[in-house]
Amino acid sequence: MKKLNRRDFLKGAGSLVVAGALPVSLVKVAFGAGSAKQEFTFAHISDSHITHMGKNKFVRNWDRGLIRAIAEVNLMTPQPDFIIYGGDLAQLGKKEEIDHALELMSKVQSKVYYVMGEHDYYVDLGEYWESRLGPQWYSFDHKGVHFVVLNSILTYDNWTHKRWSKPMDRMLAMARLDNPEGSPFIVGKKQRDWLKKDLEKVSNDTPIIVCSHSPLQKIYKGWNFWTDDAEDVQALLKRFDKVTVVYGHVHQVQYNQIGNISFHAVMATAWPWPYPESYSQAPSYLPKLTVRMNRGDPFFERDATGWQFINVHTGNVDMHYQLSDNQNRSVVFNTKSGRPMDTKFQSAENQIPPQTHY
Amino acid sequence: MVLVMVAVSMVWLLPAHTDEFTEEDLKRWEQEFMAVVDEGEKLFHSSKLGSNTVSCDQCHPNATNTHPETYPKFQKQIGKVVTLFEMINWCLQNPLEGKPLAADDPKMTALQAYMTYERRGVKLEPGKH
Repeated sequence: MKKLNRRDFLKGAGSLVVAGALPVSLVKVAFGAGSAKQEFTFAHISDSHITHMGKNKFVRNWDRGLIRAIAEVNLMTPQPDFIIYGGDLAQLGKKEEIDHALELMSKVQSKVYYVMGEHDYYVDLGEYWESRLGPQWYSFDHKGVHFVVLNSILTYDNWTHKRWSKPMDRMLAMARLDNPEGSPFIVGKKQRDWLKKDLEKVSNDTPIIVCSHSPLQKIYKGWNFWTDDAEDVQALLKRFDKVTVVYGHVHQVQYNQIGNISFHAVMATAWPWPYPESYSQAPSYLPKLTVRMNRGDPFFERDATGWQFINVHTGNVDMHYQLSDNQNRSVVFNTKSGRPMDTKFQSAENQIPPQTHY
Repeated sequence: MVLVMVAVSMVWLLPAHTDEFTEEDLKRWEQEFMAVVDEGEKLFHSSKLGSNTVSCDQCHPNATNTHPETYPKFQKQIGKVVTLFEMINWCLQNPLEGKPLAADDPKMTALQAYMTYERRGVKLEPGKH
């Protein structure tokens, strides 16, 4: 590690003060010169995995993660324009889990847009989720930005429809991340056709933000950090000047730039996942750009979990990770390099030992 | 006398044979080991190992970030150098809200066999963080 000089120390002291006084850290950050009209903030909560144990019991740890994220989002001043929930409200798609999660979410003061996760889906193929929350894919416009919400956790019909005697067997198979009998996620042709049509009316200079559960890029197939038709979806987004994909599922900091598309992963409120490179038996492809999150310390329940708020000003995304037991991080679109970069840890000399995974 | 000596030397030859093992032995030992690895894989993914349905693989897919190759090591929250089974028991009691296993419980052996097998080929680095 490099020796701290006074300037570094002051920078560090600044972030400590901010992290120590919670509501202050959530005050809207100063924006750069941009079109003031277009500036707005939204919050992103994801992967709470609310788990029903039977009767009226739910796993306490996962409940606490979601409750904490909601409490912190509610402390934001000013309030975010809306909230995206990035998928996996439930662990096994049970009605009890979705109901309990939505009851916790009812404390949120802003409007919430929900994304489907595989843990919400594979019991009844999204039927109950849809009855509570509406369509599995949709779009909306907000202050000049076109938002698209996709269900990216579908898979091939053969796997979904032809293997299972009981729906819960299918759910359990997909819920196991490292299941060698799993199946890769897809968006699928039907939804891609819808997306193509949805985008027809949108001009090239309209910023696009796509919210999905799985990465719309290929990182590690073994854990479905992967969408099989990612390139086909990316191709539909190619003609736009500014595109950002925000995704859940991976429970860790990831960011990347592919052509015109910026990618950001979000943290889970439930538990962190190791980076795929720490599985020594298979190759994986974490974007080189990504500076890893701190390794989770199991002795602190909320370590390496969190939520994020996102500033949209010039049409690109500035991702602010709110991390329960670690110093917060900001991954901001850098107009010079044309890619998202961590504002503190991007250069190797500024990185810290817990960011080393093996 | 000579006959007796031959008989004695033949008895002495027998133990020498027991030191050797065959292809069949190797196969059988590997089968025995892999059966325990498979049992460990089941336990590692079981919602019944603890009391709250949480399973080991939820935080450790393919047993990643368990790092059997780094034990024994200093665990700051326990305040001393511990072996892997003590850390497994910490997980059983905390995230899984269950009961600890004895060091020689066949379930503990199976869990360690699976975790170590998923980490095969990685060099030993005792004490590493």
